[in-house]
Formats: sequence, structure tokens, C-alpha cells
Amino acid sequence: MTINILMPALSPTMEEGTLAKWLVKEGDIVQSGDIMAEIETDKATMEFEAVDEGTIGKILIPEGTENVTVNTAIAILLEDGENLSNLNEVSSPVAADKLEKTITLTENVISKDIIEQSTKISNKYIESELIPDGTTFTPTTVRDALRDAMAEEMRSNDNVFLMGEEVAEYEGAYKVSQGLLDEFGDKRIIDTPITEHGFAGIAVGAAFGGLNPIVEFMTFNFALQAMDHIINSAAKTLYMSGGQMGAPMVFRGPNGAASRVGAQHSHCFAAWYAQIPGLKVVMPYSAADAKGLLKSAIRDPNPVVFLENEMLYGRTFEVPDLKDFTVPIGKAKIWREGSDVTLVSFGIGMQYALEAAELLEADGISAEVIDLRTIRPIDYDTLINSIKKTNRCVTIEEGFPVASIGNHLSAVIMERAFDYLDAPVINCTGKDVPMPYAANLEKLALVTTQEVLEAVKQVTYK
Amino acid sequence: MAKAKKKAKANISADELHKYYREMLLIRRFEEKAGQLYGMGHIGGFCHLYIGQEAVVVGLEAAAKEGDSRLTSYRDHAHMLACGLDPKGVMAELTGRKDGLSKGKGGSMHMFSKEKKFYGGHGIVAAQVPIGAGLALANKYRGEDTVTFTYFGDGAANQGQVYESFNMAALWKLPVIFVVENNRYAMGTSLQRAASTPDFYTRGEAFGIAGAVVDGMDVLAVKAAGELAVEHCRAGNGPFVLEVKTYRYRGHSMSDPARYRSKEEVKNVKDNQDPIDMVKEMLIQGGHSTQDDLKIIDKDIKKIVQESADFAIASPEPDLNELYTDILV
Ligand SMILES: Cc1ncc(C[n+]2csc(CCOP(=O)(O)OP(=O)(O)O)c2C)c(N)n1
Ligand SMILES: [Mg+2]
Repeated sequence: MTINILMPALSPTMEEGTLAKWLVKEGDIVQSGDIMAEIETDKATMEFEAVDEGTIGKILIPEGTENVTVNTAIAILLEDGENLSNLNEVSSPVAADKLEKTITLTENVISKDIIEQSTKISNKYIESELIPDGTTFTPTTVRDALRDAMAEEMRSNDNVFLMGEEVAEYEGAYKVSQGLLDEFGDKRIIDTPITEHGFAGIAVGAAFGGLNPIVEFMTFNFALQAMDHIINSAAKTLYMSGGQMGAPMVFRGPNGAASRVGAQHSHCFAAWYAQIPGLKVVMPYSAADAKGLLKSAIRDPNPVVFLENEMLYGRTFEVPDLKDFTVPIGKAKIWREGSDVTLVSFGIGMQYALEAAELLEADGISAEVIDLRTIRPIDYDTLINSIKKTNRCVTIEEGFPVASIGNHLSAVIMERAFDYLDAPVINCTGKDVPMPYAANLEKLALVTTQEVLEAVKQVTYK
Repeated sequence: MAKAKKKAKANISADELHKYYREMLLIRRFEEKAGQLYGMGHIGGFCHLYIGQEAVVVGLEAAAKEGDSRLTSYRDHAHMLACGLDPKGVMAELTGRKDGLSKGKGGSMHMFSKEKKFYGGHGIVAAQVPIGAGLALANKYRGEDTVTFTYFGDGAANQGQVYESFNMAALWKLPVIFVVENNRYAMGTSLQRAASTPDFYTRGEAFGIAGAVVDGMDVLAVKAAGELAVEHCRAGNGPFVLEVKTYRYRGHSMSDPARYRSKEEVKNVKDNQDPIDMVKEMLIQGGHSTQDDLKIIDKDIKKIVQESADFAIASPEPDLNELYTDILV
């Protein structure tokens, strides 16, 4: 039987890619391990190796084709003794599979549309206090916005430097530090061995010594190894030294679940760090906030834990074209104004909040959506004022339910706005389980837009 | 510190060579298939392939005996196959299905088998090292003469907890073999850029731990070195550091384009040091097998791997109530 060679998925998040180059031609004999093509993903150009042995019978997708969906047949391989006439009987054993994929893809597209729409609406509210009228915007990915923030701060302050695993020559495991080694050299963009506890401690020492380190954790799961220095050394020294010295530095990297990376790589630490006096904790959603807040974090004289998200890195948002755009730490942002219910979230949780608000509008429910952006210190005033107006609140986050940020907000709301509440506050969170690997279970473990909708119906008694 | 010598090849039986050939080929074909299934979306998240390193785990398993334990990093599929686990259960874990070894809940990086004393599958670099020493502590505590094979990478070898483990393992004479799988790269960082001294087998010296280095592309040499280490541990002499020089052909994980090394470097190893080719040559030149004999083995392995893939795709997703099971006993 002939074998269809399929467009491969070459990263956890890839859905389509460019077939950049064929390295074999029709009639070539390939063996497993031979490189057949070069394929561009959103992150990199990858080589695509043969698994099966045979002769390239026909190339179905010419090189240079963009947006080739994963699992599309790109060529046909003839096995021993077959020739081109066998091609007629090509029946794709993965047809059903492909169908399934297309269906899930369309689902994704729908939700992306909704997110884009709500992003557009929200631009009306974007930072009106900080962005002068007439400012132009450039669509920028969160990934690039973070890089730009670091580059701008490094240009203006020689004491700022970046250290972490794969940040220099590899340009970041998630390509956040692209171009930085070229511009700033290896004195300021430092590749470390895999020694989180050690290099976090070294960075704290450098901060005590007057520098402003940015420590990248490849993901915050690995910062568990460095927890002692983040908390015992960086966060507490200012207090313990009676204000003599502290750690003006940033700990940053992706936090929370990515896609199917399992229990040890899918942990949201927002609530953990938010508990620590002596830290500031920032968790942006949009690219503009990522940029403006990271610049503020680098300038801040305190240790700042800056929680990013892998799923958001590739998302594009409007970023103002301002020379020195900063967003203040400790200020929430109202993405949508509404009158019936307050949805409060931060980081990737905002995606569910905004999506829910959009769907609720169609149902005649007007939701106000607040992005905390900073989870230590929290901008309680913005939240309480909103609840005084809507009288109802649903909190949304990806982390675990016990001792969550939502739990804390509920307590504060009870203390400060008890008389304004028409319903108990509901916390939508990730489930109380280690992250499972199986696709169906992972979906269940994460917070969903549907859960937010149900919570809203509950608090609005609809 | 001794450099383990390649053992004379004359006294290796045809059966033994065939066994290594089959085991290494199974790993290679299995990993290629896993890569393919990843490309088709059947496997998600991270997937770290062992292609190129087959001789390490096959050689060391040949030096192990019933009752010994093993554990490694996220690059773990081969370790499971080599200790005799059914490829179907391993592949079904990679696809996240009910019949996977962790019921689909662990995934590629987090697999375990109590039956085979395979203690994971660890996603956090070097976390397995003290745990390996701890398993050895349990063995010694119970008075067993078993050893623990604790595998970790050249990158992991720089983590602080490795040296904390070395100290305690030496202090308490724990029967643990620290196997450094030196494949020259930790993700995109070459060993020269991460390690102040490149000879990992000497890193136990300060703690009084014996060490050796061996060519990890030569399964017979690995086995011989493994026997040396095992003997040392079983005799009650405490831990042993075994550095195994190997190479990974593929990127670190599926999404790594491996721009940090030249194509020639990779090709050179594939062409001149391939562990499977080496055994194949010995089989043919020693007159033990013809090309046709080996083709039959190849076909057989291909079939086993295809069956594991079919099984792993056909196996249902875990029941939804599994979400809340196995959190506490
Ligand atoms: C504590 C920690 N830091 C970082 C990572 C991300 N990471 C996964 S594998 C890896 C490279 C490890 O290289 P090595 O130990 O040489 O093993 P190899 O992958 O070569 O088998 C890194 C940095 C991690 N999983 N855990
Ligand atoms: Mg390595």
C-alpha cells in the first residue's frame, strides 16, 4: 500500500505551517531518518524526517505553500515494489482523523474571533489615562512586547541584564529574548546552566550589589527550585535589614498550563507569590500591558515576580507607539463596562472572562470585565467600585481552587461591599487536581468559558 | 579513576548480539513512530526522543538483575522498553489513553511501573537524582543486594541537588549508580557552555565516589562498564558515577530545530558511530547473520511497533471520573 506523508505538527501548539522547502524530489528513495523537507512553524524552521522507507511517488504540496494544515497529505510514498500507477488507489487511512482535526480547528477559530472582537471593543478603554489622543498603535505579539520592554530598559539602564537558561544563543526557549544577544552581547544576556536555585541566588546577590537582574525561568514550574531565594532572600531582605538593602530585580517567565505538558509543567503560581509580603506580583494579559508592566517592573526598586503565559505569547494585541510606554503596577484595567455583573480575572483567565462577556451580551446580560493585571498589590478600589454598581461578582483564574486569588477577593468583597451584594461571589478556577495529560481530562481540569457563563447565570438568578 | 575498557568482542555469543540488536532497534523504531504520531496530533505536549542513545540503556539493563530499580528524566520511553515493559502500554500513555501505563494521566514525561521497579519519568531536571539515592537507601535499609540505576543528563549534572545526593550517598554508602547520559547538549546548550569541568565521571571524586567513563555508542562497552559499577555497588562499596558518552540525533523535543549544532556533526555520528549499525556489522562480519536474517528481525520489530501504535490510537480516552482519582489514597 502507498503511504501518505502528512504535514506534521512540530510543536505543542502548531495547527498549520509553511512547507518551506522540499529536500527530496519525486523518484528519490528515502530511508527512515532522512530529512525530506523544511517546515516553518510559528516558532522556528524545522526539519522533517522520514519514518517509513520507500520512494517518493508524488509531491502533493509544492514548496513555498503557506498555511498547510497539520495532517494534510503532502506527498505520497511508494513502498517496495510499488509504482506510480498504485497512486490511483490511494485511500487515506487518516481521513477520519483529519476530519476530527478540522472540526476542532473550526471550534478554535470561532473562539479566536470572539476574542479578537472583544479586544477591539476594549481598545476604547485602553489606558485612557496614559495614552494621549492621537496615539497610533501597532499590532504586536505578547512575545515581542516583552522583548521590546527588556530591550528598551536595557538601553536606558546599564545595570539591567538578563540571565536564564537558553536566553542568549537560543534566544529563549519560547523565543522571548530574540535579538537581545546580538544587541547587548554576552555580558548582559547570560546563558546559565540548569541550576535554578543557584542562579536565582546569584541574581539576588547581584541585586544586593547594585545591579538590576532580570531572571528568566524557562517556566515557573522550575522556579520551585529557586523558591527559597525568591522568598527568603529577595522578598524579605529589605525588611530584615531595616530598609538598608533590598533586591531590585525581576523574576519572569511563563506560568500556568501550556498544552498537554502534564502535571509537573502546568502549575499556576499566582496565588503562591501573591501571598508574600516583600514581593510585587504582576500577571498581564494583553501585549500592551505585558510591555508597559514589564518596563515598570524592571524600574521598580523591589523584587517583582512577573508571570507570563505560553499560550498568550503568540497572541497579537494593539500596542501604543509611544517612546516610553509604561503601565503602573498595582492598577487594574476595565476592559468592558457593564451593569449586571462584574467579572474579575487576570492573565490568561481574561480570555474566558472576555469571551463570556461577549456571549452574555447576546443574552442581554451586561458584564463589566476587570483585569487585575497586578495581583500584589491588588487594586481593590476598582473592583469594589464596580461591585457597588453591578452588585454581583464572578472571579476567574486558572490556578487551583483552594486558597485561590478568587477566595481572597471574595473575602475582601465581603468585608468592603457586603451590603451591595445581591448574590454570593462565585470563584471559577482550575480543578482541584494535578494537571492530567490526557486531552479529554486536561480540558476538564482547566477553567472554561462555559463555567463562567453558568456562574453568571447563577449570580444573576437567570 | 578507571576508564572502562571495551571488552574483547570474541566471547560475545550470537544470541547476545541478536538480543541487543533487537532491543535497540525496538527503541529506535518505537521512537520514530512516536515522532510520527506526534506529527499527526496523536501525541501532545512535549515528547523527547531517545534516538541515538539506544546502547546506553540496553547495555546497562544487560548488567542489571531482577530486583534492581531504575529511574530517569522525561526522556524515558526507551528506559521503559528496555526494562521489558509492553510497547503498547508505553505508546498508549504517549497518546494519553486509558490503557497507558499511567492511565493516560501522566503522559510522555511522567511514566512509572511498580512491577518493573521503574520509578519514573521525571519532568524536573535532576529531581530523579536524590530520589534514586533514596531508593537505594530503601534497598540498603531492607538489607537487599539490589542497586538503583539513576539516569540523568549532562545538563542535569550541574544541578545542586546532584552534589547533595553524592555527599549523602557516599556518606551512607548507598548502592546507587549515578549514570550521566552525556549526549553533549542540554537543550540548546552544549556541555562546554554549561559545565566548568567536562569530565562528569570525576565529579564524585571530592566525595570519594569511584567513577568511570565509557563509549555509550558501543553497547558491549556499556554493558561491561555497567557490570563494573554494579559489582562495586553490590559489594557494599557505596555509590558509583558512570559517565556514558552518547549523542541524541533528534532535537531536544519535537519543537527544537537544533540550530545549535552543525548538520555535519550529526551526520558524522550517525554515519560512523551508530550503535545499531555497530552491532549489525558485528553480526554480519562474525558470520552470525545474513542481511536477510536481519531483515526478518526488522520486519518483526516494525510489526510490534505498528501494533503498539494501532493499540495506542484505538484505546479509548480515560473515563472522565479519572480526573478526581489517584489524588490521595
Ligand atoms: C529544573 C528544570 N529546569 C529546566 C527544565 C527545562 N528543561 C527540560 S530538559 C532540559 C535540558 C536537560 O538536558 P540534559 O540534562 O542534558 O538531558 P537531555 O535532555 O540531554 O537528555 C531543560 C533545560 C526542567 N525540565 N527542569
Ligand atoms: Mg544532555
